[in-house]
Amino acid sequence: MSHGGAPAASTAGQKPAVEAAGIFKQFGSTQALRDVDLTLQPGRCLGLVGRNGAGKSTLVSILSGIYPADAGQVWFEGQPAPPLGALHAWRSRIATVFQHSMVVPDLTVAENVFLGHQPGPGGLVDWRRMREQAQQIMADWGFRLDVGRPCSSLTVEQRQIVEIVRALAAGTRCLLLDEPTAALERAAIQRLFARVRQLVSSGVAVLYISHHLEEVFEICQDAAVIRDGEIVLTAPIRGLTKEDLIAAMVGRTRAGAAAAGSAAAADGTGGAAAGSAAAADGTGRTAAGDAADRDAAAAGHASEPFAAAADTGPQAAPCLVLEHVSATAPEGSVRDISLEVRPGERVGVTGLLSAGVSTLARVVAGVAPYEAGTVLVDGKPLTSGRRDLAMQAGVGYIPEDRQAEGFVALLGVAENGTMSIVDWLARRLGWLRPRARSAAMAPLARTLSIVSAGLNQPVGELSGGNQQKVTVARSIARKPRLIVAIAPTRGVDVASKALLLAELAAVTEHSGAGLLLASDELSDLDICERVVVLVRGERFTEFGAPPFDREALIAATEGLAAGGSPQQRQTDSDGQGPPA
Amino acid sequence: MRRIWGGDATRAADSPAEETERSRAEVEEVLQGRSRRAAAISLVREAALIPVLVLLVIVGALVNPAFLTASNFSGIGQQVSALGVTVVGESLILLIGGMDLSLEGTYGLAPTVAAWLMVPALEYGSGAMLNPYLAILVLFAVGAFIGLINGLLIVKGRLNGFIVTLGMTIVLAGLQQGIVKGNTLFNLPSAFNYLGAKEYGQVPVSLIVTVIIFVGTGLFLRYHRAGRAIYAVGGNREAARAAGIKVDRIRIGVYVVGSVLAAVGGLMEAGRVSAVTGSQGYQEGIIFAVFAAAVIGGVSLRGGRGNMVGAASGVVLLGLVQNILDLSNVSNYWIEAVDGGVILLALLLARVIGGEATAE
Repeated sequence: MSHGGAPAASTAGQKPAVEAAGIFKQFGSTQALRDVDLTLQPGRCLGLVGRNGAGKSTLVSILSGIYPADAGQVWFEGQPAPPLGALHAWRSRIATVFQHSMVVPDLTVAENVFLGHQPGPGGLVDWRRMREQAQQIMADWGFRLDVGRPCSSLTVEQRQIVEIVRALAAGTRCLLLDEPTAALERAAIQRLFARVRQLVSSGVAVLYISHHLEEVFEICQDAAVIRDGEIVLTAPIRGLTKEDLIAAMVGRTRAGAAAAGSAAAADGTGGAAAGSAAAADGTGRTAAGDAADRDAAAAGHASEPFAAAADTGPQAAPCLVLEHVSATAPEGSVRDISLEVRPGERVGVTGLLSAGVSTLARVVAGVAPYEAGTVLVDGKPLTSGRRDLAMQAGVGYIPEDRQAEGFVALLGVAENGTMSIVDWLARRLGWLRPRARSAAMAPLARTLSIVSAGLNQPVGELSGGNQQKVTVARSIARKPRLIVAIAPTRGVDVASKALLLAELAAVTEHSGAGLLLASDELSDLDICERVVVLVRGERFTEFGAPPFDREALIAATEGLAAGGSPQQRQTDSDGQGPPA
Repeated sequence: MRRIWGGDATRAADSPAEETERSRAEVEEVLQGRSRRAAAISLVREAALIPVLVLLVIVGALVNPAFLTASNFSGIGQQVSALGVTVVGESLILLIGGMDLSLEGTYGLAPTVAAWLMVPALEYGSGAMLNPYLAILVLFAVGAFIGLINGLLIVKGRLNGFIVTLGMTIVLAGLQQGIVKGNTLFNLPSAFNYLGAKEYGQVPVSLIVTVIIFVGTGLFLRYHRAGRAIYAVGGNREAARAAGIKVDRIRIGVYVVGSVLAAVGGLMEAGRVSAVTGSQGYQEGIIFAVFAAAVIGGVSLRGGRGNMVGAASGVVLLGLVQNILDLSNVSNYWIEAVDGGVILLALLLARVIGGEATAE
């Protein structure tokens, strides 16, 4: 680890890198932040956790100078924060690495590092100096990346490095990392942690935001919990347990603690067994999650919008059959995949990012084309790459990137949720009453407990978790025979995650729809009855009945041969066979 | 919590089911109230240009006493109708996140072709002496055909809409020049002129038709599934596709409808002046006024945002400005510069008043 010109480690008794006191922020009628105090010390990493909509993003925006606070004050190293418009001054104080990459893909690494303040005389760009300085900073902090490469050729992980280096180049000694691991593979996450630890030990203050509590325990020294716009807990991580954090997040004491246990398990933090139990059977669901009474009631009502279960079980004809399917896609191709999903059955597909997991799901949803093989939905062949036909054939779709495919931000909750069933709601000649949409949406919104200021509120204004619920509503509104879900809980908080998975499980149980769940998040797979692992686009192995062995799953995704685990078995060459 | 609904201790004994039932009813009540308020806010935003229009009327009355007369307003109505119908077409295309510069070419070429087919060879026509009703059908077909070509090139050929329609504009204007060869096609049959020239009392037919088109399109956008699909496609094309909307079909369809509306606008203009010249459309440069009216009216150039109330007020605003300039003593040589300047000012004004609705 080369230290070169990197700053010396922090000394005790330094002024806090960031101090926010009495921050208030209101959006319309919603009080987003209420009297928030937060302190970041140099050389420490503070983990900020909270449910979707608790105010994390608002706080990040205020700390990074995007929104003004209604009241309160922010200090950087004891000095008052620069005025709001002085973006460059803010950047030299604090820098945020957002969930969504903020690099300009067509520019080189060096240009992105110095974006907006390229070195050179009088507004001219001194290219050589820029490259050298960028290279120097990379070397100082131990990053290895060719600064002449265009950012479009970088991986997500490398783009993150560019963003971190950009922050360091501006002189920042305070970093806000907003769910930095959301799009990373496991190995990349470990490398990111190593980098963060190095930054922290060099005296950088880090605010780490994540939905994964285990990450907070892994790299943070302190934790803060935000709930309904208030900081309800701040403490060194050493004296805390996951249960403490969850209890603080959901805000119930006794009932909350019990629910927290199952929520934590469903988050994959505690062992797969408990998680799958919570999700798969009714009693688990009733206990699932904070919002104890309301969520439980919602789960109970889950049956309402759906038809009685169709013929399910191993004898029923499969609702999805894949035979030797091959498809090419930039985000990972698949080759010669065969797979069956029966009505009411939940089948997981997992693998590394480039293994073709999402490609397979997109093919089945009709979003991506396939080149060879057959895809049969309810026995009928699926036209390649035609989402509209796939939908009519009964395939519901929960896309991976909800910002890009999940909803139309300007349109309302009801309109987005019912977008897949307009042909049912429309009267003669296609005329449509807004009231019919709301009437169709109301039970779905209730079932999924979508929180909004009315069914006409634009979905773009909702919190991330509620946006995802709208996407789920859109996919199940049409009473699909098969639901294709890709990483449905990404960016959703712990408690909502458990609820969302329980809902998906309930929908398949009550409606008899099959579920094809493609996810690299192992906790998602706990609701599945079997899991197919893809490696480099090919079917590698299949896991039978839950609970799935977490370690064995991870080993399988890395392409390591099966071994030891009782649930695991290598599939035969035709790769089909029903679950044991 | 419980105290909110009534406060007596017996409530505590209520079953949880009942409890959620009640809170749900309450929530719904709140939601309905909220959405009503949201509707009121959006109405205010839609009507944001009305004070400006009122101001313009006052200015007009001060500039020239002839402004506040029925015949003048009838004239304004007739003048803005052709523009208005074209603005409806452009607004639809903007709503799906596209753009069409060639509407001005269609606006000129479609009536040119129709007129050429009706007028005798001696008067620079084709000599085919086509029935005027058939000629109007031809006009529709020309519009639809141009829109189809644009739509196919942009949607299926994945070409950029800006450059495709810019190229199409030049082609259409060239065809128009080639057909009329510098002449003017006049002596058009009265059935052909009916839409642009006929008046009932003081009310021009073109204005009535334009109002019907605006209202019809507004209702279509709000209450028809295809209209809603237009907003969905413009707001987020991939999300619309994922929701099973036939995105390509909607986009191509909108290009076709937009071009047909531009052809109808051209028909109104030809009827109003009872002639078709080589300069109608492209050489008049009407596309700037078309875009300006839509954007002043709050239709976003990025797609997915805007409505017919806004577009209509944008059209009326431009019509009033034009009319006031005509009635004032601005020299003919300077009138275009003033006209353009006022439009830029109006864009700024609409941005300030409409807030985010007209941004971008």
